[in-house]
Amino acid sequence: MTTVLSKPAGLLYDGADWDYDKIKRVYDAVEDIAVNDMGLNVYPNQIEVITAEQMLDAYSSIGMPLMYRHWSFGKHFARDEMLYRKGYRGLAYEIVINSSPCISYIMEENTMTMQTLVIAHAAFGHNHFFKNNQLFQQWTDAKGILDYLEFAKSYIGQCEERYGLAAVERVLDAAHALMTQGVHKYPKKRPLDLREERRREQNRQQYEEETFNDLWRTVPKPAAGGRPPSRTLSERKKLLGLPEENILYFLEKKAPRLEHWQREILRIVRHIAQYFYPQKQTKLMNEGCATYTHYTIMNRLHQKGLISDGAMLEFLHSHTSVVFQPDFDDQRFSGINPYALGFAMMQDIQRIAENPTDEDREWFPDLAGRGDGIGALRDAWANFRDESFVLQYLSPHLMRTMKLFAVRDDAEDPNLIVEHIHNERGYRNLRRMLARQYDLAYLEPDIQIVDVDLAGDRKLILHHRVTNGVLLDENDAKAVLRHIANLWGYEVQLVEVSAVSEAILKEHAVTAPSALFA
Amino acid sequence: MNIIDRRRNPQGKSLANRQRFLRRAKEQVVKAVREASSKRGIQDIENGDKITISAGGVREPSFHRAQSGGIRDYVVPGNKEFVEKDTIARPPGGGGGGGNEGSPDGEGEDDFRFVLSREEFLDIFLEDLELPDLVKQRVKQSESHSLTRAGYSVTGSPSNLNLVRTMRNSLSRRIALHRPKVDELFDLEREIAELEAKEGDPALLEELRERYARQSSRSKRIPFIDPIDVRYNRFETVPKPIAQAVMFCLMDVSGSMTEHMKDLAKRFFMLLYLFLKRRYRSVDIVFIRHTHEAKEVDEQTFFYSTETGGTVVSTALEEMQRIVRERYPDQEWNIYAAQASDGDNMSSDNAKSATLLRDVILPMCQYFAYIEVAAEHNMGLSALGRETELWRTYKIVQAPTLPLAMRRVRSRREIYPVFRDLFAKDKVGA
Repeated sequence: MTTVLSKPAGLLYDGADWDYDKIKRVYDAVEDIAVNDMGLNVYPNQIEVITAEQMLDAYSSIGMPLMYRHWSFGKHFARDEMLYRKGYRGLAYEIVINSSPCISYIMEENTMTMQTLVIAHAAFGHNHFFKNNQLFQQWTDAKGILDYLEFAKSYIGQCEERYGLAAVERVLDAAHALMTQGVHKYPKKRPLDLREERRREQNRQQYEEETFNDLWRTVPKPAAGGRPPSRTLSERKKLLGLPEENILYFLEKKAPRLEHWQREILRIVRHIAQYFYPQKQTKLMNEGCATYTHYTIMNRLHQKGLISDGAMLEFLHSHTSVVFQPDFDDQRFSGINPYALGFAMMQDIQRIAENPTDEDREWFPDLAGRGDGIGALRDAWANFRDESFVLQYLSPHLMRTMKLFAVRDDAEDPNLIVEHIHNERGYRNLRRMLARQYDLAYLEPDIQIVDVDLAGDRKLILHHRVTNGVLLDENDAKAVLRHIANLWGYEVQLVEVSAVSEAILKEHAVTAPSALFA
Repeated sequence: MNIIDRRRNPQGKSLANRQRFLRRAKEQVVKAVREASSKRGIQDIENGDKITISAGGVREPSFHRAQSGGIRDYVVPGNKEFVEKDTIARPPGGGGGGGNEGSPDGEGEDDFRFVLSREEFLDIFLEDLELPDLVKQRVKQSESHSLTRAGYSVTGSPSNLNLVRTMRNSLSRRIALHRPKVDELFDLEREIAELEAKEGDPALLEELRERYARQSSRSKRIPFIDPIDVRYNRFETVPKPIAQAVMFCLMDVSGSMTEHMKDLAKRFFMLLYLFLKRRYRSVDIVFIRHTHEAKEVDEQTFFYSTETGGTVVSTALEEMQRIVRERYPDQEWNIYAAQASDGDNMSSDNAKSATLLRDVILPMCQYFAYIEVAAEHNMGLSALGRETELWRTYKIVQAPTLPLAMRRVRSRREIYPVFRDLFAKDKVGA
């Protein structure tokens, strides 16, 4: 081991080049800090070295290592490749997959410092979040996802062989268009098990026995053979499980004219959408957690003398560009950077827990001065999602630091109005509004299937409950309705209803497809 | 922790997706390619390039809120001067101080840009073009054979010995027949030697010696490599089907042909070459230039050296006839000819040219394209109806059954449309 002797004592690595030994050493050192100092709890790690082209590949197939084939992935690849080759855009340093073992991709052209950063960020930061956050625990199956994708890929491949590329493509197009409307947002009622069922039946009998009254026998019954009671609207809705906001689920289960394989494809897309649902809800926290983790670990490595000053400077350079937040009037501004806000909030929580001010004590009585900063963070990471996290933890101090303010844009008003700023009157409102900016239920339009005219022309009726008068984008809505009609097989109508007044604001309708997927 | 090196994994994982995407966007891609190619020189037409298609056909729609209308609230960072109830002038283009959602796939109504590879570009560029009269495509049998691997044989020349097969057979035979391994014999030998040195148990020693004798004779009886193990690579000769074509480029280089006209002609020839190249495995090109006499020349001379003299078209046709007779018998070659001229010809030569064309050249050609190039500033002369000498001559020859096509080209822009027009698929059937 001559290389070990030639570099300054104690350093894990020296220079920019990486090799497997160095990565192993760095991983062990990072793991030591992450597990023993920070108390992180992670899935087993698997680190995969890939090339730039493979990184582009991973981009285009929504970050998953294997994916079924569809033209939209090819489209994204073509665009990303062009942007990358022409130098308009760099590549991400890493991609991490919520699976067990947790797979982190590192690129071959990264320097050793970048690899260290990526290991700390992805293999420990994101990994810990995936394993411990309650949303991920509730909604995703980290152990099964890769197997499921393998199944999905081969199943769709077989369908393409059997029914033709075009037929499969039509179903996938439609399913992709409905992907955001393809998730269960609340846990469904679980099917009852047999024992439970029997117990209920016994209870019912017992109740009847206890309340038996012979008088009821004498009540005259309606004559047999009468007209069967017509099904009322509410009964019909109940039978179909309406209203239903998971449109993909409804179509998969209830669309009358779909083939078995078409239902299965809808199911696959729905499962994938569901798998990504927690990620959409926790972008801010997930990145905040990973950024905080890598920042802490890199600093600790430097303190311990395991990485050189040069490496530390290189790290700080990329770290600061990652957590950079341009102001609203800056040309580079494109919304709030989740890395910046996430990281700032994590640091702020640690500060409040360890060195609170009087203001913090007033705002966060449970948290302030608790002492154990990292413990408080672990609690937050486990139990919140972006919306509730901001609502719970955004402090006046941070609002002042970031100079947050709220603007109202009313289309009827020629000017924008500053509603709240970072002052005593505005803190709570600002926090509430920012939290709502992260609330998917608020961000995504509320669209539900409300009725099907089963006795008549089987028209499917959807409602969009309009909040604040913001309607759907008409062209896209029409296109999606066309997709729904293709799956449903009959006419589809979308009504935009004001959530406040129940007034009908707009209607879209598409006629039944002339020919079903043939 | 595992580290896995995926860099050697099969590349081009997204190729299947890319093909699906191109198929999906085909109409627009074709249109974009046509547009792109009309803008660029023929020299670099072979290169792939960035093309832009409208995002419409490959849009992925989803339910999302409209960009404008209604009431929206944003929380944004970086307040420097505002207090509550301040008003801000609406920034142009709506948006409302940023923070808006943008379109779902992040590209809005913009055009979609991406890069086509060279092959993809050519495929689309030359798509739907068909070579006229492919019937004559020959499979040339004479002396052109190629060797193809065709399994293994038990006989053959030592240079074709297939070592891997041979050793595999040998190994399996040795295992099957229990040929003792060399190590095994060594071990026995050593054990015997040790026993002898220690003067150990004589019964055991005896047994070992016997076993050694048995095994070593066995290893002698069973050879390491037996003739039955030996395998040779077997090759078969297959006649190589060569669809071959020769392309004659005929051009008038007399003084009346300007650089511009030559440039037009060159572009047409290149396009034809490119096209033939894709259809035939080998394409020969013969350049014949003529003034009052014709000569076969190389490409450089053909396009760039100047010559003065009169214009006698029949000389070029005769030269072509001679070359075909000598080098390209028309039973074996697909013959294409493209003639570029400004339309001048000696009046006395017209009749001869027409006869030659009708009786000799056209019967042996798959296709004869006559391109009349005109000076750009001089446009309109022929458009006004004044036909040139050569045009009139050829027009007499032209008949629906003959593979003769005539077009006029005035500017660079017209080259490709004319070319397409000549080789468009439906035309060929007619």
